Amino acid sequence: MSAGAATVPAALPRERTGTLTQIGHLARRSVVRTVRQPAVIVSSMVFPLFLLAINASGLAATTDLPGFPTDSYLTFFLAVTFMQGALFSTMGAGQAIAQDIQLGFFNRLQLTPLRGPALIGGQLAGTLLLGVVQATGFLAIGLAFGADLEAGAAGALALIALACLVSIAFGSVGLTIGLRTGNAEAVQGAFPLLFVFLFFSSLALPRDLIAQDWFQTVATINPVSYVIEAYRSLLVEGWNGEALALGALVAVTVLVAGVTAATMALRTRMERT
Amino acid sequence: MSPALTKNPSLTREANLVSRRTALSRYMRASWAIAWRQLRVMVSNPAFLIPSILMPVFFFSAFAGGLSAISEAPNFDYPDYSTFQYVFVLIQSAMFGGVFAGFAVAADFETGFSRRMMLATRSRSALIVGYALAALVRATIVWVIVTALALATGASISPSAGEVVGILLLITLVNVAALLFAAGMAMRMRTMQAAPLIQLPAFLIIFTAPVYVPRDLLEGWVGSVADFNPVTAVLEAGRELIIGAPAEMLLAFGAAAGLMALTAVWAVTGLRRAERAAS
Repeated sequence: MSAGAATVPAALPRERTGTLTQIGHLARRSVVRTVRQPAVIVSSMVFPLFLLAINASGLAATTDLPGFPTDSYLTFFLAVTFMQGALFSTMGAGQAIAQDIQLGFFNRLQLTPLRGPALIGGQLAGTLLLGVVQATGFLAIGLAFGADLEAGAAGALALIALACLVSIAFGSVGLTIGLRTGNAEAVQGAFPLLFVFLFFSSLALPRDLIAQDWFQTVATINPVSYVIEAYRSLLVEGWNGEALALGALVAVTVLVAGVTAATMALRTRMERT
Repeated sequence: MSPALTKNPSLTREANLVSRRTALSRYMRASWAIAWRQLRVMVSNPAFLIPSILMPVFFFSAFAGGLSAISEAPNFDYPDYSTFQYVFVLIQSAMFGGVFAGFAVAADFETGFSRRMMLATRSRSALIVGYALAALVRATIVWVIVTALALATGASISPSAGEVVGILLLITLVNVAALLFAAGMAMRMRTMQAAPLIQLPAFLIIFTAPVYVPRDLLEGWVGSVADFNPVTAVLEAGRELIIGAPAEMLLAFGAAAGLMALTAVWAVTGLRRAERAAS
């Protein structure tokens, strides 16, 4: 056997790794990248907490309205920080994949036997980590400043689990935007659009207390209202199966739609590349 | 005052006058060139104009629509919540019009355009005046749109001509003060990385004023901060003027003019730093 023939078999066959192994490699990279950017974690927590601090004080008079469900606006508004955190996850996931495309990492991945689901699953791992850190941080800070958690310790776990589900659901939307545009600035440009969903929801008042009919209708159609109400039910009411089921249903629907759209966008991107 | 606009003792009185007129004309031409460029960029690239229009429209719709039930809270003593929020959105758009213009200053320094402009004109403060003119035009477009929206949604706007002038003067002072602050920061950092440092103080100062409810109904730390926040005086004066019931005008105009004076010093010292960095 010649020297060349001896080396070729070791070098040429492309190692076929399972999807789970591929997800593991990319998840590790995504998590490491998230951990190495503390500014991303901090900024995704500071802005929601800033809005919480302003609104808990500025809108406290709202609790005097007849029928308002709690006498603590801090508790009422704490639910919104979880949703805001998820929106930051959307941007984080979208920007990460867009940067990979812009910097050529995506092209190099194309040369490997990488499967599409592995790329999507791996990228969402960093988003999941961010979701856990955000949810734990928001809850701890909220409770430290006097917010209530009517559902108790088990409710805290349910809140964090829901936050993780919502983070990866909206993260998959971010991935779709990132894969479609391939441009981090374009992903950033979609941020205000996502905030429209947040602000035209039952963010500041329960839906039945919204006085303007058109706004009440928009908030009722807006799926983000149901996610906020699911978080809020654990904080304000205790265990409300209907609110939790609706919130989880919205999150799962967004996740399925987001992953499907991201898979299609990935296929198009790979063909183009 | 720029050295070009001051008196030169070696010239006769008439020659001095001609020299100063020429210098003033050059100063205005440089300012207008910057303003014209900014306006052309805004028109040719709607991505620069649309966010500054959409943001106030969005805030007005979200706050006036979603929070109007707050006007039923005990001791809420303002006649109409849409009008209450309309004034906030006017002032907010004035402030963010200035902030967005500051981003343009930062971008121009980052790309090297400002450095070339500094070589082209002796009176570098003309550059700031140019950005301020463009910011004012952009803010005026936004004010017209927000006012039309407020009127269309039934806000009770009933000021006299004098009160309209008062409101316009207040929001113009806020717009210029915000631009001067943003330009000062942009000229110190000379990179788009300055954007969060420009934006965050603007958010802080405006959202620690009585945004959602009158000051008497504010509780906690925002209530304490609002008492000392100069934007509180401006916001309250605007809300008084818009319903034709002006009261604390001196404090509001003093606060706005004071902010503008402070930010002017900040911008001019920023410009000097940028000049030193460029030389």
